[in-house]
Amino acid sequence: MIKQHVSGTVYGVVLNDHASLRKIGSETLEAAPYKGAPKAPAMYIKPANTRVACGSVVCLPAGATAVEVGATIGLVMGRAAGRLSRDNALDAVAGIVLAGDLSLPHASYYRPAIREKCFDGSLPIGSVKPLVDLGKLVISTEIDGKVVEQRSLADLVRDPAQLLVDVSEFMTLGQGDVLLVGVSYMAPQAVAGSQVKISADGVGSLQFSIAGAQA
Amino acid sequence: MKRGRIAFQGAIHQVTQAADGRVELADGRLLNETDVQWLPPVVPGAVFALGLNYADHAKELAFKAPEVPLAFLKGPNTIVGHRAKTRRPADATYMHYECELAVVIGKTGKNLSKAEAMGIVAGYTVANDYAIRDYLENYYRPNLRVKNRDGCTPLGPWLVDAADVPNPMALKLTTRVNGKTTQEGTTADMIFDIATLIEYLSSFMTLNPGDIILTGTPEGLADVKAGDVIETEVEGVCCLVNTIVDDATYFATV
Repeated sequence: MIKQHVSGTVYGVVLNDHASLRKIGSETLEAAPYKGAPKAPAMYIKPANTRVACGSVVCLPAGATAVEVGATIGLVMGRAAGRLSRDNALDAVAGIVLAGDLSLPHASYYRPAIREKCFDGSLPIGSVKPLVDLGKLVISTEIDGKVVEQRSLADLVRDPAQLLVDVSEFMTLGQGDVLLVGVSYMAPQAVAGSQVKISADGVGSLQFSIAGAQA
Repeated sequence: MKRGRIAFQGAIHQVTQAADGRVELADGRLLNETDVQWLPPVVPGAVFALGLNYADHAKELAFKAPEVPLAFLKGPNTIVGHRAKTRRPADATYMHYECELAVVIGKTGKNLSKAEAMGIVAGYTVANDYAIRDYLENYYRPNLRVKNRDGCTPLGPWLVDAADVPNPMALKLTTRVNGKTTQEGTTADMIFDIATLIEYLSSFMTLNPGDIILTGTPEGLADVKAGDVIETEVEGVCCLVNTIVDDATYFATV
């Protein structure tokens, strides 16, 4: 099997776990501007400038003082995949990566959040590991040595196979593209000087630190 | 100079436009533009699109003009070349074109001032940023299911050198559906001009060669149906042709 690198576009999704849906609240989701819970996956794109390796120092963009650390797993596509079915969806996945999807805090998901989600270095990402059973995988986030979040992928609204089905229904994923399976609503925040570690059993760990805006 | 990319006789070629309008290969062969398979004129890097960047269009959609650029991103799956066929799904009731001036970045840039911004532009082409409004949802709107569908962002045919477009902020935009003009506007009516968009985007992310900014569309949207031929043209840049097809045609096994 050819080892697959992350070489394409990274796609992510918000509000793909029950805890996040509870946190934002059904009252908020039913009211303006959302006017209803999401039907299709609520997606965003992390372009190439956002990707940095384990061990990186991520500088905040000018004017920012904190980042949300959206710990998640990315499905790395081993081949081009369109209109997948549940039966074959995971066959298109070459491996998985740990990712720290960094966002400047934004409480509203109404408009695309390009500055908040696409600043340089806003996607520390690990090396590609073999696909494991993600059904009960627990992802831990530590900031400065203290565990600030533990989330289980058992809580996902769309599991990895279903997410691949619903995304590839309208867009073909390319070889080397990555689909992140979801981040927590209002995830824990790190600030300049924070040391961050994201880990999951069997997938290893990803570490990076946060620095203030470059002059 | 107008540059393009085509597939011809089993290879990808970088081509230029000859004086008589034909497609010229590097070895001097001249081809008719209908005899080649057009690819997007550049391999797309990060593709940005602008929502509500023309005041009349914002009003048409009943939104007030944004205070900061309403930018969103597209993946490479949605970009197709000149004379491609774009699918209108069977359940769509309102699918509209958007004629846009596309700015192609030619140099790396970060934290650029407005005065520096135009210096990283390689050139210009034309985009048709289709949207299917049936799939609009209010999460990161316009959402990817509306704006990042396979083959829903035709681009091309030519990349025109920046030097050949002395004032990109005064170009006429025209869309014709089956030969009838349905959309007219001018880039002079952009809310955030090209230099401002580059200054804004480069304030938080590095722009790289191959990145593309689709600068938004003026008013004049209309539903398009299978079989319609849509021409989106920007004065002094190029005219991009696309044909809408239904599911049966798009997915037909030949």
